[in-house]
Amino acid sequence: MSLTEAWRVAIDALRASRLRSGLTMLGVIIGVAAVVILVAIGTGAKQTVEEQVEGLGSNLLLIVPGQVDFGAAPTVSRLRLDDVDAVIRVVGDRNLVAVATSSGETVRAGTRSRFTSVVGVLETTPKVFVRSIDRGGYLSRSDVETGRRVAVLGSAVAVTLFGERDPVGSQITIAGVRFRVVGVFAPLGQSLGVDRDDEVHIPITTAQRVFDTSRVDAMAVKAPDRDSMDALSARIVEVLRERHPESEFSAVTQEQILGVLGDILGILTGVLAAIAGISLLVGGVGVSNIMLVSVRERTREIGLRKAVGARPRDIGLQFLLEAVLLTTIGGVVGIALGVGTALIVAAITPVPAVVTWWSVALAFGVSAAVGIIFGVVPAQRAGRLDPVVALRAE
Amino acid sequence: MIGSAEGTVTALVAVRDATRSYQLDGITVPALRGVSLTVERGDYLAIVGPSGSGKSTLMHLLGGLDRPTSGRLLLDGRDVSSLSAADLARLRNEVIGFVFQSFHLLARTSARDNVALPLIYRGVRKAQRRRLAEETLARVGLAHRLDHRPNQLSGGEQQRVAIARALVTEPSVLLADEPTGNLDSASGEAVLALLEELNAERGVAVAVVTHDRGIAGRARRQITMRDGVIVSAVP
Repeated sequence: MSLTEAWRVAIDALRASRLRSGLTMLGVIIGVAAVVILVAIGTGAKQTVEEQVEGLGSNLLLIVPGQVDFGAAPTVSRLRLDDVDAVIRVVGDRNLVAVATSSGETVRAGTRSRFTSVVGVLETTPKVFVRSIDRGGYLSRSDVETGRRVAVLGSAVAVTLFGERDPVGSQITIAGVRFRVVGVFAPLGQSLGVDRDDEVHIPITTAQRVFDTSRVDAMAVKAPDRDSMDALSARIVEVLRERHPESEFSAVTQEQILGVLGDILGILTGVLAAIAGISLLVGGVGVSNIMLVSVRERTREIGLRKAVGARPRDIGLQFLLEAVLLTTIGGVVGIALGVGTALIVAAITPVPAVVTWWSVALAFGVSAAVGIIFGVVPAQRAGRLDPVVALRAE
Repeated sequence: MIGSAEGTVTALVAVRDATRSYQLDGITVPALRGVSLTVERGDYLAIVGPSGSGKSTLMHLLGGLDRPTSGRLLLDGRDVSSLSAADLARLRNEVIGFVFQSFHLLARTSARDNVALPLIYRGVRKAQRRRLAEETLARVGLAHRLDHRPNQLSGGEQQRVAIARALVTEPSVLLADEPTGNLDSASGEAVLALLEELNAERGVAVAVVTHDRGIAGRARRQITMRDGVIVSAVP
């Protein structure tokens, strides 16, 4: 019997029991679709996080007190403003250095108020990070040097306090101290789980006075180019250690943050794929199960086929092809379902989903392999049936 | 003919001192205990005996569905002990046509496709298969039932489809195991008449296994079995 004939016989057999073939395929369809969808969501999440980290600005060094150890409690900062001046001298350009000292405070305008993150900064912040102003302007160098009580509002804060009105020039109070609004940020959205529109920038000198502190929480340096980042980071850490021999300082790059986050999300994607893979395996066991039932049910047919001249391998091939057909058709339908669902999810929900060709190829390959692996045992059993016994079967 | 050691040129199927025993729960049960029989071209013989006499086992041997535990089985001049399962399947396809008591037609499959089935395993192309199947169905008087499925046919018609399936490969011998056992007397008579016509006009050897003395009496030779041996052969 030629392979073409074997395919034809297998297709006819599957057609003869459409409902059962469909239900058997369903297990494979769900498994394959699950692999495609879950890998798409995992990949989408990874891409989004990477875009957000890169969206902070390019060639950034983040200088933080203590050893960088994700998951450890943050160390109390020993950085002071004169440390910032020292770093500016190392970098050689004030416009490449940004700082932050944050505090959660209640901000009021008339009867409206909002609890938000108030950040003391240098006037250089928009030059280091990607931040754009919607209305008014940003802080000036003289605002910082003279400690003026001026503020730039995040877009969410501006909406809470002023609604549709233009806040520029209006008065607000932060922790009971009066400030004048000089600008409003353009909306930025979420970044790494933080709502970046929910903050207020004031000069760091003013912030230290209002918060009654002299600390600087964190510093960011924009390297002139990618190649100079390592050397610059080493020099900054060295200068800070000389000034604070008792403390540790670290400089981390976006690549390092991306690397750690990427590893975590890669593992997450792998775990999701593995879970989906298990459901595919269960689908394969279902195929094997149905094929064994099918061999038993069709024992007389097998006996008859053998009586009229089918060789053991003709019978084995027929059942193997049935199993492979079930899983490959199931695989194709599952891929269509998975890709379709991923596209719909990406379009109508905030969950990012990016279909990758490797997950589609993997899902299809695994489903075809599942058909072969789980089809072999029933096929061999069918091929080896004794025709005399098979013909007598009820 | 019985026991003639020198298989003549006309011998299609021959068993020589064949035994066949089965293992049932570790106990050896003998079904055939030394049988010799030759079926020649154009033969028409009946194998009779009570149930359990070994007549079905003998027919399975004659059809190459089974192999003897000891002794020899020659199919178309070839000793089956030297044949692989695949070679034996091919020999069955070329030489033997089976007709069973319960028809053994594939359900949900048209009469035409049922008849064409043996040709698939012979590598005949689809168009040719259909043509041969239709011709053979016409020969058994079912030209008007090509697309009917078994459950749309009467018992007599189903058995005629089965005979067409056995005939489509132009076999040298038809082995019929209780071919009228599931039929009313009129249908049974028509089936027997068809087998006899094929034997007379086409020279196809026919061996009928039956417990019906009346049917056996119509054959040219009657082989009677009891307890796994041939107790009489007439003539």
